[in-house]
Amino acid sequence: MDTMNDQQASTRQKTSGNAGTPSSGDLMVDARNVHKAFGDNQVLKGVTLEVCFGEVVLIAGRSGSGKSTLLRCIDHLETIDAGRIFVNGHLVGYSEENGKLVELTDKQVAFQRRDIGVVFQQFNLFPHLSVIDNITAAPVHVLGVDPEKARAEARDLLVRVDLPEKETAYPKQLSGGQQQRVAIARALAMKPKVMLFDEPTSALDPEMISEVLNVMVDLSKQGMTMIVVSHEMGFARAAADRVILMHNGQIEEDAPPTEFFDAPKSEATRQFLAKILR
Amino acid sequence: MTWSWDSFFEYMFSYYMLQGAWTTIWLSVVSMVIGCSLGFVAALMKMSKNPVLRGIADFYVWLWRGTPLLVQLVIIYAGLPQIGIRLGVIESAILGLAVNEGAYFAEIVRAGIMSVDRGQNDAARALGMDYRRLMRIVILPQATRVIIPPLGNQFNGMLKTSSLASVISMEELLRHAQQLAQIEFRVLEVYIVAAIGYLIMTSVWGAIQKRIEAHYDKPFGGSVQGVAAASMPR
Ligand SMILES: Nc1ncnc2c1ncn2[C@@H]1O[C@H](COP(=O)(O)OP(=O)(O)OP(=O)(O)O)[C@@H](O)[C@H]1O
Ligand SMILES: [Mg+2]
Repeated sequence: MDTMNDQQASTRQKTSGNAGTPSSGDLMVDARNVHKAFGDNQVLKGVTLEVCFGEVVLIAGRSGSGKSTLLRCIDHLETIDAGRIFVNGHLVGYSEENGKLVELTDKQVAFQRRDIGVVFQQFNLFPHLSVIDNITAAPVHVLGVDPEKARAEARDLLVRVDLPEKETAYPKQLSGGQQQRVAIARALAMKPKVMLFDEPTSALDPEMISEVLNVMVDLSKQGMTMIVVSHEMGFARAAADRVILMHNGQIEEDAPPTEFFDAPKSEATRQFLAKILR
Repeated sequence: MTWSWDSFFEYMFSYYMLQGAWTTIWLSVVSMVIGCSLGFVAALMKMSKNPVLRGIADFYVWLWRGTPLLVQLVIIYAGLPQIGIRLGVIESAILGLAVNEGAYFAEIVRAGIMSVDRGQNDAARALGMDYRRLMRIVILPQATRVIIPPLGNQFNGMLKTSSLASVISMEELLRHAQQLAQIEFRVLEVYIVAAIGYLIMTSVWGAIQKRIEAHYDKPFGGSVQGVAAASMPR
């Protein structure tokens, strides 16, 4: 337990160069002992995860280990059975009354989600809206941004994801890689404080993976706090501050990339690496 | 007595029959608009988390889909006065047709909403949309294109089904045909004319429906399958 804490503290030190002095108030995401079951299926068995401001954490693990479920819980797309999740200091999805969790209302949860951007494996762009309308929908209708201003910002975002000419296209007319970049722009348009990525490249043809990863690396360089579920180990080495292995609903390994790849502590990690590197 | 072309043409262009047809049209439109609003609300209730709302909606759909419209109309018009609820012919006809339509349309709307990919829900939620925004901006625009074809079929059905209101003496096309038949006994001619009247109305609607469907098929290309089954024949 102590070594674990030391380890995390040292990573924080490393990443916080431009983010101020690390302290317990520096946590962007603070998940404590999270439990989640679907029926009899215990999917998260006490997950504790701390992510500092500006930190990039990559989560790997085999299929069914609970990676997506953890991300969905952080955005309260799933309820949790026990534990607490704080994002930017706010308890997500619940209020605490006499030690019990009481779920927030629809509107309250919606308000909390403004801080959290999510990018999904299947992109989930709105097919009935053009690219620019996909990006401006939430700023205009949720934040109340002036439509012209929102469109100007959306154009800037399209430049950032290298798709300035696709403004009027519909999602169906784009390749998978292009759709995913629009999805990233759409999430960024809400100016989130943390971005969650659930296997953003695993539905893509190999030649499109790097165009999406490049956008994500840029984002990490700009200081965005990111939790990325992915098996792209190149991205892990290039951009991650920590790599985590999820195994059977628990965090098995939590280490800086070099350590994770070269000197993993856990047997599960060694097996996982053996499988994915061969 | 044999077939009389004279009577046929007389009925064909009679003002009385035309009046009946006009009543059929507005009765159908009004009942459809009210019925669809009811059905829309019932569909949202059916899909809500609240078990009471869900129970009410389920009960409504079950009761109205499980009994004949004819019986519903008679109960509303002839039965309810017994317990002090007196509705006029027109009110009874609209109420009967609309509430019945709502029970069918609820299922159509529900199927339309469920046809929208679950990921759309996640994406909209993740962008901070609450239930209303989620529905208005993301789900309903996509469900609409699935709902439109069966909705068109329902209106075709309504034009014909509204003839049942003749039983409670609603002065629509069939009722006017019946009254002419009782005066002049040109039964075949007058009912053939009535049939042609319905055929014209449903055909014109069919043409309009095609244009509407073409419009809703446009913006993001491709066709939508699978929900025609939700539009149940009565
Ligand atoms: N909505 C749900 N209802 C019931 N069971 C679910 C649901 N979502 C996930 N599960 C189950 O929870 C377990 C963990 O799923 P999860 O999607 O979190 O895994 P994962 O690590 O993301 O896997 P993958 O790499 O395949 O995406 C699986 O056994 C899955 O079947
Ligand atoms: Mg997953």
